Amino acid sequence: MAETKKIATRDSYGNALVRLGGEHPELVVFDADLSAATKTSMFKKAFPQRHFDCGIAEANMMAAAAGAAAMGMVPFVSSFAMFAAGRAFEQVRNSIGYPALNVKIGATHGGISVGEDGASHQCCEDFALMRSIPGMVVMCPSDDVEARAAVQAAYEHQGPVYLRFGRLPVPVFHHEASFRLAIGRGEVLQDGSDVAIVATGLMAYEALEAGRVLREQGISARVINLCTIKPLDKELILKAAQECGNIVTCEEHSVIGGLGEAVCSAVCEACPVPVRRIGVNDEFGHSGPGGELLREFGLCAENIARATRDFLRRS
Amino acid sequence: MTDMEKKQLEILACNVRMGILEATHGGKSGHPGGSLSAADVFTYLYFKELKIDPNNPRWEERDRFVLSKGHTAPGLYSALANREFFPLEDLPTLRHIGSHLQGHPNMNSTPGVDMSTGSLGQGVSAAAGMALAAKYQGKNCRVYTLLGDGEIQEGQPWEAFMFARHYKLDNLCVIIDNNHLQIDGRVEEVMSPYPIPDKLRAFGFAVEEIDGHSFVQMEKAFAKARATKGMPFAVIMSTVKGKGVSFMEDQAGWHGKAPNDAEYEQAMSELRSQLEQLEGM
Repeated sequence: MAETKKIATRDSYGNALVRLGGEHPELVVFDADLSAATKTSMFKKAFPQRHFDCGIAEANMMAAAAGAAAMGMVPFVSSFAMFAAGRAFEQVRNSIGYPALNVKIGATHGGISVGEDGASHQCCEDFALMRSIPGMVVMCPSDDVEARAAVQAAYEHQGPVYLRFGRLPVPVFHHEASFRLAIGRGEVLQDGSDVAIVATGLMAYEALEAGRVLREQGISARVINLCTIKPLDKELILKAAQECGNIVTCEEHSVIGGLGEAVCSAVCEACPVPVRRIGVNDEFGHSGPGGELLREFGLCAENIARATRDFLRRS
Repeated sequence: MTDMEKKQLEILACNVRMGILEATHGGKSGHPGGSLSAADVFTYLYFKELKIDPNNPRWEERDRFVLSKGHTAPGLYSALANREFFPLEDLPTLRHIGSHLQGHPNMNSTPGVDMSTGSLGQGVSAAAGMALAAKYQGKNCRVYTLLGDGEIQEGQPWEAFMFARHYKLDNLCVIIDNNHLQIDGRVEEVMSPYPIPDKLRAFGFAVEEIDGHSFVQMEKAFAKARATKGMPFAVIMSTVKGKGVSFMEDQAGWHGKAPNDAEYEQAMSELRSQLEQLEGM
């Protein structure tokens, strides 16, 4: 297999904004002094009159975007996940979520793969925070193709959307020509019947790799990619629970409140099966290269394969 | 402003105050103190200043009003009802199950409410975002927002003030209801935000200090606000919390307490005699 091309989904975000911006004059961008990192700088370059730097003041930025949305604009608001979902949580909840305003939060630098900046900037709680807001759509695309499609889908959706993008370049494994994305619908990357591995974000590619390894070892793993964490594709998850009988979840997020718990909630109410959650285990990260941190915290194909084998042996 | 106009506004303000009492008494809950301190400015805005159409509350070109001090919703609701955005009979359903009059303003349930607010410090940012959008859209509308003096203890309004100046939002008018009281006591004793005019000037606002119970001074200040270009405008109103009801005036205890039946009767009789006096003049 040829070397897979790698692109950070924050770059996909920047590119998608520029493309959408060309078509939709009501699309505006707010950023909090991080446009070079969140990649909204691309939009700023293309449409300087529609890019509003709010300075290092995320609380005001979120509520100002809400005000702009109330005037019929479609604001994409960007910062690091830590500050968009974390610092400005209450503004997102009360000024965007409660009035159901049409604001899209494009949060970059999600998860531990932020790397060298360390724990203060490695947000592993954003899914939990954003999932808890009624009506909020929560998406975490896995690669460049899916990320650009997610930005388009978020634009087309009427209402608030939280999008998480990454800093680290990740393999592009979706095929642009045949790829279709719908909010709330998951995707079976590989079929299988012994276990379902459900992943989101950059963990989808790792899960796919783990699925290949497991197949060589005689384990038939169904690999599911969920770009939308909320609303959860319950139909796909329950079908996997019924047909595979075991589920492993994989996310670059705390095991508390994220994809793993969403899947647990869905299956325990309708089709209880054992679930093993792979994620960040209720601990803070630390500085280091993003790729190495992913391996250290077990957020890699090798660990998914090992944990799945152990899990199946015990369950 | 003619004496006749002034008297007309005073009569309307009296009706708005009665609506505040109807609402908080009917709801057995709510915030009369800060609603009454701002009753005159609510009246002035909804009957004189704002470009609005009660028959078309979502008219695109309307001026916007964001009640950043959202807990004084009874004052806003009473002004909206008196301006015929919805029936006066709705006021006593404040905070009831099934009522469109939520404890704090909800833009999706109440006609005429332009932004959902309640968590202090956020409305002013939304108003600034609206003003920015209006400029981008080339809309000839203005955005007004009312904050409490305690509210500006939050950090977020100062972020919003920076933003308003940075983007030269001369279509934004920030009004601060300086009624000197908050839940825990006198504002300067709890956590002083003073001097408010100096701070706003330092943040790049054109500032006008007025008596928040004088329609004549309001008229001058808002005219000045409309004429000011290139920078946002702030009207800092000195007011009396609980204004118009003798036993509520300047009492922190009436911040978030509803009148019981006897208190309601007394307050209404005071307001009725004020009204009779005005109408008899």
